[in-house]
Amino acid sequence: MGKTLFDKIWDAHVVHTLEGGTDVLYIDKHFIHEVTSPQAFDGLRKRHIQVFRPNQTVATADHNVPTINQHLPINDPLSRHQVETLTRNCEAFGVPLYGLGHPYQGIVHVIGPELGITKPGMTIVCGDSHTSTHGAFGAIAFGIGTSQVEQVLSSQCVLQAKPMKMRISVEGQLKEGVLSKDIILYIISKLTASGGTGYFVEYAGSAIRSLSMEARMTICNMSIEMGARGGMIAPDETTFAYVKGREFAPQGPAYEEALAYWQTLYTDEDAHFDAEYVFDAADIEPMITYGTNPGMGIGITGHIPGMDEVENKVNYEKSLHYMGLDPGQELLGKRIEHVFIGSCTNSRIEDLRLVAEFLQGKTKSDHVQAMIIPGSKQVELQARREGLDKIFEAAGFFLREPGCSACLGMNEDKIPAGEYCVSTSNRNFEGRQGPGARTMLASPLTAAACAIAGKIVDVREYLN
Amino acid sequence: MLQSTAVPIPIEDIDTDQIIPARFLKATSREGFGENLFRDWRYSKGDVPNPDFILNNPTYQGQILVAGKNFGCGSSREHAAWSIYDAGFKVVVSSFFADIFKGNALNNGLLPVTVSPAFLDGMFKSIEQNPNATFTVSLEDQTIRNDSTGATFSFDINAYKKMCLLNGYDDIDFLLSLKDKIAAFEKQQVIY
Repeated sequence: MGKTLFDKIWDAHVVHTLEGGTDVLYIDKHFIHEVTSPQAFDGLRKRHIQVFRPNQTVATADHNVPTINQHLPINDPLSRHQVETLTRNCEAFGVPLYGLGHPYQGIVHVIGPELGITKPGMTIVCGDSHTSTHGAFGAIAFGIGTSQVEQVLSSQCVLQAKPMKMRISVEGQLKEGVLSKDIILYIISKLTASGGTGYFVEYAGSAIRSLSMEARMTICNMSIEMGARGGMIAPDETTFAYVKGREFAPQGPAYEEALAYWQTLYTDEDAHFDAEYVFDAADIEPMITYGTNPGMGIGITGHIPGMDEVENKVNYEKSLHYMGLDPGQELLGKRIEHVFIGSCTNSRIEDLRLVAEFLQGKTKSDHVQAMIIPGSKQVELQARREGLDKIFEAAGFFLREPGCSACLGMNEDKIPAGEYCVSTSNRNFEGRQGPGARTMLASPLTAAACAIAGKIVDVREYLN
Repeated sequence: MLQSTAVPIPIEDIDTDQIIPARFLKATSREGFGENLFRDWRYSKGDVPNPDFILNNPTYQGQILVAGKNFGCGSSREHAAWSIYDAGFKVVVSSFFADIFKGNALNNGLLPVTVSPAFLDGMFKSIEQNPNATFTVSLEDQTIRNDSTGATFSFDINAYKKMCLLNGYDDIDFLLSLKDKIAAFEKQQVIY
């Protein structure tokens, strides 16, 4: 029987297998950031050991950093301490760091791909669940806890049982105004927030193949939101063209050698999946979430499910009560106060270009606060070079500096209690964007259109 | 073997942002997260304890936390497992755990016990009828017993993790013992 893409990469990285099935999996690249690494470095100190392969770990500061005045010291003493601790740890253990002020600094899942650190066939881990993003390159990439960060620092391996495999195919052509964010929100709404638990997902099908690398990253990024450990897409010409020539991509003959290997990375025709789903791209319309997990999404013109349509009424009531919404309600026309464009899901240059193109000649509604947070310093500089910042400014949006920002509200960028935010991020959990904040997840185009209208609207009505 | 009363939170899809909100992740040590466990459910505005939340109700005590399915979904923050352990729990029971949370719990001596939906329901009912209802968990036998009804459930656990928990073994000691094998693996491995 043939192998899946996942099997090919996993099997090539198994150093040792324990009785009962746990594998010692070799990790090619390890990303770290300030929030989930300090306790792991402390662990190394307690054991009096060094980082085993310091050049296979890359560090950046993203979760805690302010998104204005990054050249000044961080105001919040706890955040400052955490960022400074990362700097000290990287110096002490010889780990390369793209910290604040470095031209490569940014959200860890944005900088890996854009610098060519992320490549097909790799195993990649990070103490962050959205590590699944890197799977867009045909890599096995997944989030780990701090104890496992310590495992990788000390041995370049993790102990991990092999997950089951799922394939999700999206076939056909996407409708106008539908972005990759809508595809993944649609998939999660069908599979639920736990439908992928225990699985590693491969996304396939003509609609997925037609996407750019950045759009593919958005899909893989949210794999964890249906409980899947990760998601991946087989590398193809789109992938190879994206990687070629980037800072840390192989050059010259080394590139050709790598390419020959990358071209073997696909699922064999007779390979077995433990679960399989097929969706029709034509069924997907711009999506928005109404509840407090990413599986609670509907097409923008739809209605929130009625009480009789849901299984767990207690959970559902709690969720809608938090959101200030009623069962059966329509979302179109609902007034909103904030728009957040950013996060590891949708903060890349293509996202910003798309939003800028849409905003040209328009201005945001007076009562809406609109933030745009670039995913990295490189994205920010590119946006400024292209004059996107001027378009944003004219439309009443504000292009800030890179970081995770209001996606999780660890820095000052929070949504006030009770207010609605249409957000391009990945989680609408209670309190995620600040205590009491009400998050509605959507694509960058839908978010931009809602900022213009000051309420939930169907972006397709704004497109020619 | 642990016999204890339990604290029930019969809600599904409890994500790690609820277990410990992101703004409390700024510490650089592993200790002290227990006081912020379920922070935004435990406290209302102005840090006033919310009397309706179960952790503020002295009737419910114990070293076992019982929760609805898909417990621990969302962020990979190990702080979620640290905060539950720090608050005095040794076992978490649900019909379904998110993968990363389950691994994090096992790596911190917090035992995640996955039971059938029917057994979970039985636990909630027993606690509802009698908040002092006890449950007996045996890691060695991989069983959990509802002492009120006598119902017993055999749970699965990864054999290696069970051995680690029972013997106090450590993943990193084990990985360090494989250093030569890892170095040999690297020699034949090409990373592009």
